Amino acid sequence: MEVELKHLLADLQSLTQSLPDPSHHALLLKIQLRVEDLANLAPVRRSKVEDMSAEVVDSNPYSRLMALQRMGIVENYERIRDFSVAIVGIGGVGSVAAEMLTRCGIGRLLLYDYDKVELANMNRLFFRPDQVGMTKTDAALQTLSDINPDVVLESYTLNITTVTGFETFMSSLKNKSFCPDKQGSGVDLVLSCVDNYEARMAVNQACNELSQTWMESGVSEDAVSGHIQLLIPGETACFACAPPLVVASGVDERTLKREGVCAASLPTTMGVVAGLLVQNTLKLLLGFGQVSPYLGYNSLKDFFPTMQMKPNPQCSNVACLKRQEEYMLAKPTRDAAAKAKMEAEAPSTEEGPLHQDNEWNISVVDDIELDGPDTRSSDVLPEGLTHELPAADEFHEATVGTPVGDTDDLEDLRKQLEAINSS
Amino acid sequence: MEGWDPNTKSTLTQIPLLTTKAGPRDGAAWTQRLKEEYKSLIAYTQMNKSNDNDWFRISAANPQGTRWTGKCWYVYNLLKYEFDLQFDIPVTYPSTAPELELPQLDGKTQKMYRGGKICLTVHFKPLWAKNCPRFGIAHALCLGLAPWLAAEIPILVDSGMIKHKDDTTTTSTES
Repeated sequence: MEVELKHLLADLQSLTQSLPDPSHHALLLKIQLRVEDLANLAPVRRSKVEDMSAEVVDSNPYSRLMALQRMGIVENYERIRDFSVAIVGIGGVGSVAAEMLTRCGIGRLLLYDYDKVELANMNRLFFRPDQVGMTKTDAALQTLSDINPDVVLESYTLNITTVTGFETFMSSLKNKSFCPDKQGSGVDLVLSCVDNYEARMAVNQACNELSQTWMESGVSEDAVSGHIQLLIPGETACFACAPPLVVASGVDERTLKREGVCAASLPTTMGVVAGLLVQNTLKLLLGFGQVSPYLGYNSLKDFFPTMQMKPNPQCSNVACLKRQEEYMLAKPTRDAAAKAKMEAEAPSTEEGPLHQDNEWNISVVDDIELDGPDTRSSDVLPEGLTHELPAADEFHEATVGTPVGDTDDLEDLRKQLEAINSS
Repeated sequence: MEGWDPNTKSTLTQIPLLTTKAGPRDGAAWTQRLKEEYKSLIAYTQMNKSNDNDWFRISAANPQGTRWTGKCWYVYNLLKYEFDLQFDIPVTYPSTAPELELPQLDGKTQKMYRGGKICLTVHFKPLWAKNCPRFGIAHALCLGLAPWLAAEIPILVDSGMIKHKDDTTTTSTES
């Protein structure tokens, strides 16, 4: 639009000069002024910012974020520019999470979705009616690059549950061109904001194989409850370790369902869950506060259950078992590091008794236990949480199905089926 | 399995169960799984034919056996309604079931996800989870697609959402 207006002004000027009759000049000048007003109304894109500054001026997009350092919350906020976060599913939760991270000045965002924006999405945040028909990834790229051009954005329009989609997903996570010195994969965190079990299992598979820390999020189909969960392969339960959890809301509800079978949704619940998810993300990446292993949200009772789940040693996911083994092997190193840290912090506690007399024998008891009562194996659940799907039954009898001839050749079998199909 | 009709139950017990837990990324183990899929599909199709209850055709659309296409049909009021049937084998198969698609019915019913994926969440997914890895494609058709067609097609026909291909009273869009 800016370019169009410039051309219009140039045309007006040449018209003014070529007109011999000066009686029209007043009107032409008026038109010119109106066009100039329009040009001033046109949106201004902010330019990229080289370094995050803590300077408190209206024009600094990061002053309020850098103030987190002055407040003693975050030690080094600018580190956020080194982090890459992958968001799978750019729907009601994923798009809002992407906007939050973009506004926080995250280094790089990778966005995955195969869906298009529809008018039926307008009860949620982020997408606008004029984006209807665009792919969610394209629409998100448009908005996010306007909000903060400093963020490196990558978008992938694909379905991660198909064989080819999954391969692209894996290789994009492994790509280290953004930060070549980084340990492990090419991203720091994967956020799952998908609306179905199949896609969650695909994210779980990829993250288990890559030993990639990820967070899962979900909103129930009745729109009144949700959850976030931190998954560290080998250390915490993976998504396949136990049947998925749902926050019981007192109403019969099933979460992990997707849109289409007319699920309800609210911008509020989705906004809350996106907020919880990104808050946990910031705490994990920037190293402040306590990172929640599982946080549920029941909006009807404003109840927020938390829990911690250990991995299942009999998990059906092979990659999960491998990660569990690695985690066990690394235990001595971990213990040594923890001990060294304890000792480094110890001297400050030995400063003589605080009170000379203690008539009532009052003592301070630590309420943080390392393996507190909230750490449990995955089959015991705290109040307010239930399993969504049953676990697979144990089956011992041999069930090999070979009643159809003795052939064991794939091509023969394929032909057999074709023969029956065409008979 | 409570709530299932005795016919479906007896059919189900005759479909050979599978043993190999392998997905499309598992190399040789997937080939083994694919053989078991074929055996169970062949047995199920044969059984349907001999019981005069033939209702689908399905075959692999690529050599890896990760994409399947075919047809399924349902008879209602003595008229046969036929639809294209297609699905991909997900990377996390068999932990997750294939998502069966009837693309011609996309947007015509609430019991369907975008792209024509039929809704299996309530009646089928828990059964699949409980029986992993013994259930295969044939079981998904028998316990997932068949009851869906039986529940949805009469409603779609009665409400006029789909028309029989020989019904020429209005411009026919459905085969």
